[in-house]
Amino acid sequence: MSGNDVLIRVEGLQKWFKGGEIKALDGIDCEIRRGEVVVVIGPSGSGKSTFLRCLNLLEHPTGGTITFDGVDITDPRVDINRHRQKMGMVFQHFNLFPHMTILENMTLAPMKLLKKSREEAEQKAMALLERVGLADRSGAYPSQLSGGQKQRIAIVRALCMDPEVMLFDEPTSALDPEMVGEVLEVMKELAREGMTMAVVTHEMGFAREVGTRVLFMDEGKLLEQGTPAALFGSPQNPRLKDFLGKVLQ
Amino acid sequence: MGWFTQLQANLAGWFADLKAEFVLNFIEEDRWRFLVTGLGNTLRITFFAVLLGIALGVVVAIVRASYDKTIQEMRPGPGRFLLKLGNFVCKIYLTVIRGTPVVVQLMIMYYIIFATSRNSLMVAVLAFGINSGAYVAEIFRSGIMSIDPGQFEAGRSLGFNYVQTMRYIIIPQAFKNVLPALANEFIVLLKETSVAGYVTIRDLTMGGDIIRSGTYSAFMPLIAVALIYLTLVIFFTWLVGKLERRLRSSER
Ligand SMILES: Nc1ncnc2c1ncn2[C@@H]1O[C@H](COP(=O)(O)OP(=O)(O)OP(=O)(O)O)[C@@H](O)[C@H]1O
Ligand SMILES: [Mg+2]
Repeated sequence: MSGNDVLIRVEGLQKWFKGGEIKALDGIDCEIRRGEVVVVIGPSGSGKSTFLRCLNLLEHPTGGTITFDGVDITDPRVDINRHRQKMGMVFQHFNLFPHMTILENMTLAPMKLLKKSREEAEQKAMALLERVGLADRSGAYPSQLSGGQKQRIAIVRALCMDPEVMLFDEPTSALDPEMVGEVLEVMKELAREGMTMAVVTHEMGFAREVGTRVLFMDEGKLLEQGTPAALFGSPQNPRLKDFLGKVLQ
Repeated sequence: MGWFTQLQANLAGWFADLKAEFVLNFIEEDRWRFLVTGLGNTLRITFFAVLLGIALGVVVAIVRASYDKTIQEMRPGPGRFLLKLGNFVCKIYLTVIRGTPVVVQLMIMYYIIFATSRNSLMVAVLAFGINSGAYVAEIFRSGIMSIDPGQFEAGRSLGFNYVQTMRYIIIPQAFKNVLPALANEFIVLLKETSVAGYVTIRDLTMGGDIIRSGTYSAFMPLIAVALIYLTLVIFFTWLVGKLERRLRSSER
């Protein structure tokens, strides 16, 4: 885990929809340093997903800059595909490729994009499957797996590309309650190994336990940030207090 | 008691007539060969036209779906201009082909565009293929549009570019989804080729007609042609159904 160098710097980030009618992001400034686990919380519609999706340019920002690894990726001349290879993303609804086996899901990108040999790609995939306890399902199709298994596969599929940061958008929200734990466990282990992570979640327990920093968003703005202890222990912003009051009961 | 013998005699006479008709229309002068070569041509035209139609349809569908999906996000530049132009051309193609009868398209191909060519089979394959392409394009476009956008995003987030995402992730799924509809297009086309006779091609329908005009007896040859089409369609429909069931049972 290297010290304090900034991996992602976001400056004045704006994202408008419908020609400015909806300001999903309204001037966000923040940094994500290597090895950090940044947890993003906030009420529904506050712009958390949009923020995360802007980081790898799945949404094109209306304004502001995003600097990843020293490169301004909002510059149109930048080859975004190259940078996306270094930013793994995990979605709420898994988005595994249903026409491929688990192993094929995991080896497609390394083989086609990193030009790895099949053996090399499969070896790495199997090692990762082993770690999440799903090595015996490598030949299965996504439809044959439970939600929790699918999400663990989605995580290791992203890891096959050796990303420098992992982005999670509510990775446990679509899961049955009894499957949330197994996915959070994988994420915790990833955090322990020093992976840089940005996680949008409603799991306050996870934020408290694993987060190195928590960001609170509301109405497209970053209203407060700090360590979990500070943010949950002594919230300053009234809207954050209100929000915590609702989610923590 | 007279009526029974009467009936017997009538039936016997009727069967004798039928047999004579059959011999006249199919056996004499080996006229059955018109049906066999005709069937061969019908199948040949249909098969190659479907291949051409799928190739054409897939390209048009990709252009149209790409336009619908990305034009709003695209930055101005030559790529955007090309996509707009491509979409425009595809739209004209779809409108013209779907707005005119296939017989007319076939005759325009044969008597105007390829007026100097004597290879009428090739012209027919082109005409029916270009016609079928327009229908395949719309089938395939709906197949692409029906794929969950999350699939596309997952591909892009791994670092695949637009074309790679289409190729490895979207197209294979879309293709699977529309396979039954494509097979159905094959059946439709099989019947549509029956107008090939307009440009002197001896397809199955024309084969029956040649027999009819030689023997001056319409019943046998035309019913035979109808039965052959019917058998083919029933057979292919059965095959499509089987395919559909297999696709549904796998991976789901
Ligand atoms: N593609 C889009 N088109 C139009 N409006 C959008 C689009 N995506 C998001 N929005 C709007 O932007 C705002 C922020 O949405 P976003 O999905 O980022 O919120 P969120 O914090 O992730 O909410 P949730 O907790 O419900 O997932 C919302 O008002 C939403 O309706
Ligand atoms: Mg969201």
